[in-house]
Amino acid sequence: MAQLMAQPMVNNIQYLNSLSYRSAFMLVLKRDLTIAFRHKDDILNPILFFVIVITLFPLGIGPEINTLSRIAPGIIWVAALLSTLLSLDRLFKSDYNDGSLEQMLLSPHPIFVLVLAKITAHWLLTGLPLIFIAPLLAVLLHLNEHSYGALMLTLLLGTPILSLIGAIGVALTVGIKKGGVLLSLLILPLYIPVLIFATSAIDSASMNLPFTGQLAIIAALFFSTLTLAPFAVSSALKVSTN
Amino acid sequence: MWKWLHPYANPETTYHLTGRLIPWFSYLTIALLTIGLIWALLFSPADYQQGDSFRIFYIHVPTATLSMGIYVGMAIAALCSIVWQLKLADASAAALAPIGAVFTFVSLVTGAAWGKPMWGTWWIWDARLTSQLILLFLFLGVIALHNAFEDKGLAGKAAGILTLVGVINIPIIKYSVEWWNTLHQGATVSKMGKPSMTIDMLWPFIFCYMGFIFLIVVITCIRFRSEILSRNSMRPWVKELVLAEGGK
Amino acid sequence: MHTTNETTSTPLLSAKMLTCIREDRILFEALNINAYSGDIIQVEGPNGAGKTSLLRILSGLSVPYDGSVCFNEKNIQKVREDYHQNLLYLGHLPGVKGEMTAQENLAFNLALQGLNPSLAENTLKDVNLLGFEDSLASHLSAGQHRRIALAQLWQTKAPIWILDEPFTAIDKVGVKALESLFLTHVDRGGCIILTTHQDLALPKERIKKLTLEYRFF
Repeated sequence: MAQLMAQPMVNNIQYLNSLSYRSAFMLVLKRDLTIAFRHKDDILNPILFFVIVITLFPLGIGPEINTLSRIAPGIIWVAALLSTLLSLDRLFKSDYNDGSLEQMLLSPHPIFVLVLAKITAHWLLTGLPLIFIAPLLAVLLHLNEHSYGALMLTLLLGTPILSLIGAIGVALTVGIKKGGVLLSLLILPLYIPVLIFATSAIDSASMNLPFTGQLAIIAALFFSTLTLAPFAVSSALKVSTN
Repeated sequence: MWKWLHPYANPETTYHLTGRLIPWFSYLTIALLTIGLIWALLFSPADYQQGDSFRIFYIHVPTATLSMGIYVGMAIAALCSIVWQLKLADASAAALAPIGAVFTFVSLVTGAAWGKPMWGTWWIWDARLTSQLILLFLFLGVIALHNAFEDKGLAGKAAGILTLVGVINIPIIKYSVEWWNTLHQGATVSKMGKPSMTIDMLWPFIFCYMGFIFLIVVITCIRFRSEILSRNSMRPWVKELVLAEGGK
Repeated sequence: MHTTNETTSTPLLSAKMLTCIREDRILFEALNINAYSGDIIQVEGPNGAGKTSLLRILSGLSVPYDGSVCFNEKNIQKVREDYHQNLLYLGHLPGVKGEMTAQENLAFNLALQGLNPSLAENTLKDVNLLGFEDSLASHLSAGQHRRIALAQLWQTKAPIWILDEPFTAIDKVGVKALESLFLTHVDRGGCIILTTHQDLALPKERIKKLTLEYRFF
């Protein structure tokens, strides 16, 4: 009898018969994108923040072209780190507050798939727009003209790392009432390698030197965080909802 | 395989065991550090290049290398706690974190103090100093996360996950900072010349190093015991202990 | 709690020697529960006695300080995905997204369990939300949010239901409908573990009660 219970009890239900990873991934991704598009402020605000932070630098440092173009890669990347940090809160907080996070953890799907879907949605909404806006802002900062390709490529490979590592931090702090400042303390040190390699790739490009080495390291970082971070996030979420 | 460890996974046994060990370790620490520091600061020869300022080496190097060791120790404890659900491992990681932060801080301050006569400035973005600074941030992050949770059990688990993430990242950070440093060579005034150690410098160094190791052990034991007490405050044996202490 | 049902020998869900400690207070210690198919177990006790903590441990959301929870005699930590396929847990929070419509919310919840999301449309009728399918959930009341969550009960194929205060913010008609659904479910061979402050209007002999006491130490 107990064995029978594991079988479906009700016969008039059509089963999707699809506990496949792909369908679970798409399900959560679609849901997160839908929610975000109905709440557009959440998408726009971090981008706006990115733009404003970058305009602050010339005002604080002075409009001298050589200085600006020298520090442009660093400014753009630090602004990208900060705007990612600002948007991370959205990743699990509202799901935690309304109980849907619990439901996801209790679903029969592997948790890392759902987590990966949420992180992907986060990157599509915050990382991807940065890649398109960064070149425009680079013009304001007089970035060396050889560096644009490197800037876009490092952002393309680097921003997913920011989302993935950030997700670990959010997952750890989501249950804490004032987790915002704590979050930055936890994850900003972990962002340092990405920052170093990305800015140095852009610097090399500005000097017309090859930057494939740095790019390869960022790619390696990307793939290793892609494989490891979802597991860290799921175990962190289990602790936070405990 | 883990059976022989089992009695020590019992908080009460461990509490009394560490209680008996602390005095011995304390004597050893005091002896080692007294001999080591007096020898190092008063009797060992001054460096032919750096003069007496070299003597800060006897404190700087042990604290710097041991701070990294403490982080690795925390990571091992965190791994034990996650894989084998050893609750005491959490307590030992929690006991280690502030010690590690202090050691890192001491190594930074002594590094800066050493840097002043060597480089003429308190701080330069030397690769080792920079990665030590980042290590301090990692320690502070773990401590802050641990304090943010009200439930000690959850705090330990969360801090454990963060420690493991950090320990994977430390080599990457170290490598990237070194790489960044060689790239921007202009910033470095002069690399610290590796002091050639003579035998009369080596012995006081060994004494200091061992002294610092046992200092960590003693403080960890003391903090570990109070962690055990606060985590088991509702257990009967703790209550008996409190009553016995109160009766004195 | 240990009355055996004639039809089954192994419990569907069992808790063995559970101990739960929250912020230095022992909520319960060495607790044993066996839930057989056909059981409705009502967990009673004053506020702070650990009812919610117990249900969260049984669902696998929380890890007990000591002891284990078994599904079909297998530790749920080991068979997590299998267990969660056979479990429906509804907690204090309804898990309803304000940015999505009632129907989208239900469809997502069903799909998350591997059910066909197109079932959502007809199911909302059962919880008296006909006409609200396309309203954004942020425009609906707390009671309606709970109904959206509860609507899953009409479609789920999971035999084990763990419900934390399912009747909160539900009107009398809704409570009646739920109670009759509970009976149908256990008659089909499922089991229900729930907490509620109101008395269940079900035959006394169908309900097993588990009382947790408030402990001060």
